[in-house]
Amino acid sequence: MRSPLRFERRLRQPKWLSLAVPAGSLLAALVLGAVVLLVTGRNPLSTYHRILERAFASQSSLSGTLISATPLAFTGLCAAVAFRMGIINIGGEGQLFGGAILASWAGIALGDQPVWIVLVAMLAAGAVGGMTVALIAGVLRARFGANEIITTLMLNYIVAIFLDYLIFNSKSYWREPKSFGFPKGKQVGPAAFWSPITIGHTAIPRGFIVAVLAGVVVSVLYRTTRFGFEVAVIADSPGTARYAGMRTTRKIIAVMALSGALAGLGGASDVGDFRHVLDAKGLQLAGYGYTGIVVAALARLNPLGTVLVAVLIGGLTNAGYALQGPDFPSGLVGALQGLILFTAVAGEVLVRYRVRRAVPAPVSAAAAGPPTPPVRAGA
Amino acid sequence: MSTADPAQAVAAGGEPTEHPGSPPAAAVRMSGIVKRFPGVVANDGVDFAAALGEVHALLGENGAGKSTLSNILTGLYRPDEGRIELDGRAVHFDSPRDALAAGIGMVHQHFRLVPTFTVAENVALADPHGIGRRQVRHLRQELAAMGAHYGLAVDPDARVWQLSVGEQQRVELLKALHRGARVLILDEPTAVLTPQEADALFVTLRAMVAEGRTVVFISHKLHEVKAVSDRVTVLRHGRTVGTVDTASCTTTDLARLMVGRDVVFRRAERAHPVDPAAAPLMRVRGVSAVNHRGQPAVRQAGFELRPGEILGVAGVAGNGQRELAEAITGMRRPTAGSIEVGGSPVRLGSVRAAHAAGIAHVPEDRLHTGLAPSLSIASNVVLTAYRRPPASRGPFLDRGYIRRHATELMSRFDVRAPGPDTPVRLLSGGNVQKVLLGREFASDPKVLVAASPTRGLDVGAIETVRRLLVQAADEGRGVLLISEDLEEILALSDRVLVLYEGRIVGDVPAADATAERLGLLMGGGAVSRDVG
Repeated sequence: MRSPLRFERRLRQPKWLSLAVPAGSLLAALVLGAVVLLVTGRNPLSTYHRILERAFASQSSLSGTLISATPLAFTGLCAAVAFRMGIINIGGEGQLFGGAILASWAGIALGDQPVWIVLVAMLAAGAVGGMTVALIAGVLRARFGANEIITTLMLNYIVAIFLDYLIFNSKSYWREPKSFGFPKGKQVGPAAFWSPITIGHTAIPRGFIVAVLAGVVVSVLYRTTRFGFEVAVIADSPGTARYAGMRTTRKIIAVMALSGALAGLGGASDVGDFRHVLDAKGLQLAGYGYTGIVVAALARLNPLGTVLVAVLIGGLTNAGYALQGPDFPSGLVGALQGLILFTAVAGEVLVRYRVRRAVPAPVSAAAAGPPTPPVRAGA
Repeated sequence: MSTADPAQAVAAGGEPTEHPGSPPAAAVRMSGIVKRFPGVVANDGVDFAAALGEVHALLGENGAGKSTLSNILTGLYRPDEGRIELDGRAVHFDSPRDALAAGIGMVHQHFRLVPTFTVAENVALADPHGIGRRQVRHLRQELAAMGAHYGLAVDPDARVWQLSVGEQQRVELLKALHRGARVLILDEPTAVLTPQEADALFVTLRAMVAEGRTVVFISHKLHEVKAVSDRVTVLRHGRTVGTVDTASCTTTDLARLMVGRDVVFRRAERAHPVDPAAAPLMRVRGVSAVNHRGQPAVRQAGFELRPGEILGVAGVAGNGQRELAEAITGMRRPTAGSIEVGGSPVRLGSVRAAHAAGIAHVPEDRLHTGLAPSLSIASNVVLTAYRRPPASRGPFLDRGYIRRHATELMSRFDVRAPGPDTPVRLLSGGNVQKVLLGREFASDPKVLVAASPTRGLDVGAIETVRRLLVQAADEGRGVLLISEDLEEILALSDRVLVLYEGRIVGDVPAADATAERLGLLMGGGAVSRDVG
């Protein structure tokens, strides 16, 4: 059996496709999801309506969505920044942990200082924490050519174990000494609680604002600066970058530092905006780092798109939390997220190839059909 | 032939034949083939017919539509219009599989082999019915027999990655023969071969057509077409210019058909003779360098380059040319020696220092060392200038200036592309080289180091590139032309250096430089190729 469809590589990828394909993918996912819902005896329309409502429609639900979206925006930017130069940093997870460790230290140590000072100190500490973890892999890659996919992945485990050690297996600065039973982290000082900015009834986490700013900065950096130009050239052809006198190793280190710092900011936001402690188990269960890679991929590595996609995925997650119950299985949202990812990846094919029906019409039609120009003289 | 004007005149001399020698039924006949791509008509009514038992060359410049036509014949593309006949019967191919089943085999320029598999396994992989491990043993005998018969000897148990490029090509041919190909298409098969290997290939092709197979030989090298083919179909701008009997025309006729005008490669005319008393522009002293394996590749090279001089560097491939070029342009740090430009020393091993001193570089591997293929023409023309105003201000690029600059260079150097935002990888070979040369010229260099600047280009583009090099010299720049193509060295250089095992073993003025003399200097293995 031969497929009736043929794929032809596109010579050029039209601009409108990069919008149309993701939108079409989303639609396809919803249609496929509807099938799942129908099979399990639910009304797809009313279910989607509820998800939409709980994710974006009401102002309080929007707050929840932004809370879910914030860490994903940071880890998504972390992945996008590195992937754009062909550096496959999948260590957003460990780098976020690193950021959370240093930011919570700053929050505990400076918890009684003025609010703005603590905020800036926590952000700086978070960035440094993420950067430190990322630079281990970055330097190994730049100096010795060590594959960053492996090193960043391994570092995720190393930092996770270190996180466990800080809270469960030691009497560290981060551990609450007075807690009974299950060990937990020490709460940061009162000034280290980042109070959300309220517009109407929607509470916007400060971390989310930082994420949007970071998205804008990265976008400007990659679009309009010499640095961004060098990143594009190195990504496309390292040999050419060397030919042009670009300092490739430095650029690798710089991009890894930036990438790690972005994830680290996510760690700071996790402490400042939401948990207010270094929550070893909670951070590891969330899997922000890995979801961030998905977010970046769905946004096709566009920084502002990454923030947008983070809000969409965050909305789905948030709706899942809110709707979960006897009439709404917890797996449903996961299934929908999976479908969206699946259709989005499948949609990539359409950006790169055009699909044609393999009906052998044109050849024979040309032989008989009048619309074709007459066979050239000399033929 | 209603449209082709100058070609018609030529064709009259070269017997343009619509029914050449009227072969009974063409093995392959393609008529009125039209294939459009976004923005281009790659084939615009191509007619092509190859008879049973002939080597039929398909000649044309890069971008003339040869590859598109062969991709249509092998089922990779479907024509928008037109008709394909095999042995007089109309066929249409929906996929390469259909074409294979109909007995059409193709040897691509880039081989389709699994490097870690053995020769026999690679052939088995291509078997239409699929072959199990046990049958591979029988296959080995078949391969040995076929190898002996056609002069395609390859060890069936050797792993492909261990084979030389020429041997890999033989595996591709064996694959096609095993599948029972009656029509074999070879896309620029000699591009990767040594002259000896190419000669061996020609013998094989003759043996194959002697048994009634048909070989379609795609090339833009005239002397090869002349050497191996029975008839030639010439394509230009996606149209058939004509089909001629090879024996009835000269390489000059073929060149004229291909380009549509007279192309003569002879000693380039120069506006100003080089002034031997002028102070040297660049002085290279005692430069030594190692290759990427750390072995000495350039030994104590020293020479002077005068303003307005084209200094050829001849040598058989692998005698230190690449390392010498890289040492001078800062891409490789010499282990010894010094380089001066305009009297002041250049910091060694730094591309930026070399650039600042006025050394421009046209590298051998254009698409991977000279250009970023997926980026736009605009990005590529500021690949080195982006650091300074006016291409950037502070940390920011001036996109507006860059696009204007690119548009201007494109018109100055006649780069044919839809616009400055077109990715370089979509351009033809000649246009790629024009982008690169345009960029290097725009930096107003004192010295231009050009490594194999016309390799892989078609006749028209070669002419353009050579004209630009001569023009650079006439403007008082020094040109260091590193090339393995002796004919090119002889056509352009004022003086020729010969590299052998990393040493400069000859320094010959143009007047005394002959292919024989240089060939001798280049070492026992040097082959001077007879062109035309």
